[in-house]
Amino acid sequence: MSRSLSLIAGLAVVAIAAVPLTQAIAEKATAKASKAVATQPAPPPAPAKLGLGRPALPDEIHAWDTDVRPDGVGLPPGKGTAKQGDSLFQEKCSTCHGEFGEGVGRYPVLSGGVGTLKADRPDKTVGSYWPDATTVYDYIRRAMPFGNARSLSADEAYALTAYILSMSDVIKDPDFELNQDNLAKVKMPNAGGFYDDDRDVAEKQFWNKSPCMKDCGPAPKVIGRAISVDVTPDDKAGPKVD
Amino acid sequence: MSQKPPSDILDRRRFLGAAGLSAAGALLPIAAKAGEGAKPDPAITELQDWNRFLGDGVDKKPYGVPSKFEKDVIRRDVSWLTASPESSVNFTPLHALDGIITPSGLCFERHHGGVAEIDPAQHRLMINGLVDTPMVFTMDDIKRMPRVNKVYFLECAANSGMEWRGAQLNGCQFTHGMIHNVMYTGVTLKTLLDQAGLKPNAKWLMLEGADSAGMNRSLPVSKALDDVLIAFAMNGEALRPENGYPLRAVIPGWQGNLWVKWLRRIEAGDMPWQAREETSKYTDLMPDGRARKYTFVMDAKSVITNPSPQAPLKFKGRNVLSGVAWSGRGTVKRVDVTMDGGRNWHEARIDGPVMDKSMVRFYVDFDWNGQELMLQSRAIDETGYVQPTKAELRKVRGVNSVYHNNGIQTWLVHPDGVTENVEIA
Ligand code: HEC
Repeated sequence: MSRSLSLIAGLAVVAIAAVPLTQAIAEKATAKASKAVATQPAPPPAPAKLGLGRPALPDEIHAWDTDVRPDGVGLPPGKGTAKQGDSLFQEKCSTCHGEFGEGVGRYPVLSGGVGTLKADRPDKTVGSYWPDATTVYDYIRRAMPFGNARSLSADEAYALTAYILSMSDVIKDPDFELNQDNLAKVKMPNAGGFYDDDRDVAEKQFWNKSPCMKDCGPAPKVIGRAISVDVTPDDKAGPKVD
Repeated sequence: MSQKPPSDILDRRRFLGAAGLSAAGALLPIAAKAGEGAKPDPAITELQDWNRFLGDGVDKKPYGVPSKFEKDVIRRDVSWLTASPESSVNFTPLHALDGIITPSGLCFERHHGGVAEIDPAQHRLMINGLVDTPMVFTMDDIKRMPRVNKVYFLECAANSGMEWRGAQLNGCQFTHGMIHNVMYTGVTLKTLLDQAGLKPNAKWLMLEGADSAGMNRSLPVSKALDDVLIAFAMNGEALRPENGYPLRAVIPGWQGNLWVKWLRRIEAGDMPWQAREETSKYTDLMPDGRARKYTFVMDAKSVITNPSPQAPLKFKGRNVLSGVAWSGRGTVKRVDVTMDGGRNWHEARIDGPVMDKSMVRFYVDFDWNGQELMLQSRAIDETGYVQPTKAELRKVRGVNSVYHNNGIQTWLVHPDGVTENVEIA
């Protein structure tokens, strides 16, 4: 679905208004970082259109353009409930993520963690951390199940998204039908938990014209050693090379 | 030659004068010396096989490999870090490299769904979304466009991420090895976008890979039009599969995850996509429980690669301290080195090309008498940014932000030359 092209003008205006800070910061970072060392003459100007490549066909765009945005643009028609998602999850996902999303071995934990973001050991999960429900849909349809990506149908992805959201009570009713019209409206607990890169301001002190060079403080003491943690692979840990 | 080289920062007299030091280094040899009564060196006096018999003919290795004596110079992983080798990382052996170019076969790998093995004849790049004409390009199309060559560092935002809570991994390969510095050949992204014609309301692009992770990231159009390349070659040859063969994005100075490998699609839009890799991951959790997002730029950083835990000091007397520095904001202006844990700093000697958003190599040639050293380096870039200490970073960011740890690294060199990763205060 070529939804970017089909965006109505009004929607586009709202969207632009919603992200000016991100954009401003990105632009600033670019402006700052773009001073190249000019040692070579610029390449001769090429015509903007080179006559290379060909227009993409609608079917080709349809095949590849499957991404989903936070405003719901890109969501395919379909539906599913957490109850349906539960059985799919046990079949296709639980070997790695555990029956309740608790994670097997080092595979990602998908449940729990709500309220831990300020804790000493925060648990960043879909429910505790992710700002947008649409990202769950986009990601699992894009990359999961690990090793068999892009095998889920639109309905399966809605059901699995509903199940994952129900793990952290974002969706409480197991029979609630998640679909292309309501997914983007689901409010995530940590939706307001993010802000744009502010290092240029918040870390201004790291720009320092005259860093200390001499007698910069008392003699330092060792307060921690990697060898006491003892988690470094040894020399033999490398893969074999023939 | 009355003038001391500026880098010769360790004044021999000062160290000899320091208390209690001279005995400590007794275990280590000074460089081998021929003197009275010394035995002749058999490496010289005896005939060696290679000096007598014929070596391999020209076709023995149609694609050359390093000497067998360099077999330990390899990428290594830390298996406990990740669940599976297909979604994992290994590390560049920085301690064994010199100059500024990372050999292609030693560039660290980070995949989210394994290495895609793509037939270039079957590879397509699509540009769609807010453009005048959605386009499809073959590799042949792209190779008929005007080319550019640029050297850039690529650093994973999680490089040194294991060290936020203190010294953890004992080797600069593991603490700093999620970086490489490579010459890319490709076309500017602007050239490609011009073929499709960006609409004026296109503010963000989404770059997407053809791998099984379908890696995707949002990129501001301003950056895309500034210095982003779409590359098909690295260090003079085709990209390696693990580095995105046949086509990858090159986003100078910005976090490695944005440099989408196996690039197959670019979509133009009017807002960022909030992909999993820019929300769940690659966001920096701060002490107040909120997180910074779209932290693209890699702050200035440096590390001493020699000596370091995997490359201890072996000799008293003359030695070469060496390291690398880089900044996502432009060129590295200066690198300072301290041998006493940050009390006194001296400017290191940068040797080799200094380029925009590329690594520089620095050296300090010094005499060592076997005393304990607390080695650190700090990079200063063209914007005046000074690489902070880990304590300074933690003051702002706490210990849970995972990404963007560019704090100053300390190596403790013991009197026997053994070098370890420590934190000091
Ligand atoms: C073979 C093991 C495996 C299976 C089966 C699997 N996953 Fe995953 N999953 C992973 C790995 C590995 C990652 C992390 C990938 C990466 O690092 O990019 C992951 C990541 C995720 C994430 C993102 C977690 C986060 O916090 O960022 C979600 C959501 C997810 N999987 C959902 C699913 C769903 C739904 C299914 C079933 C359809 C599934 N997975 C099946 C291994 C698996």
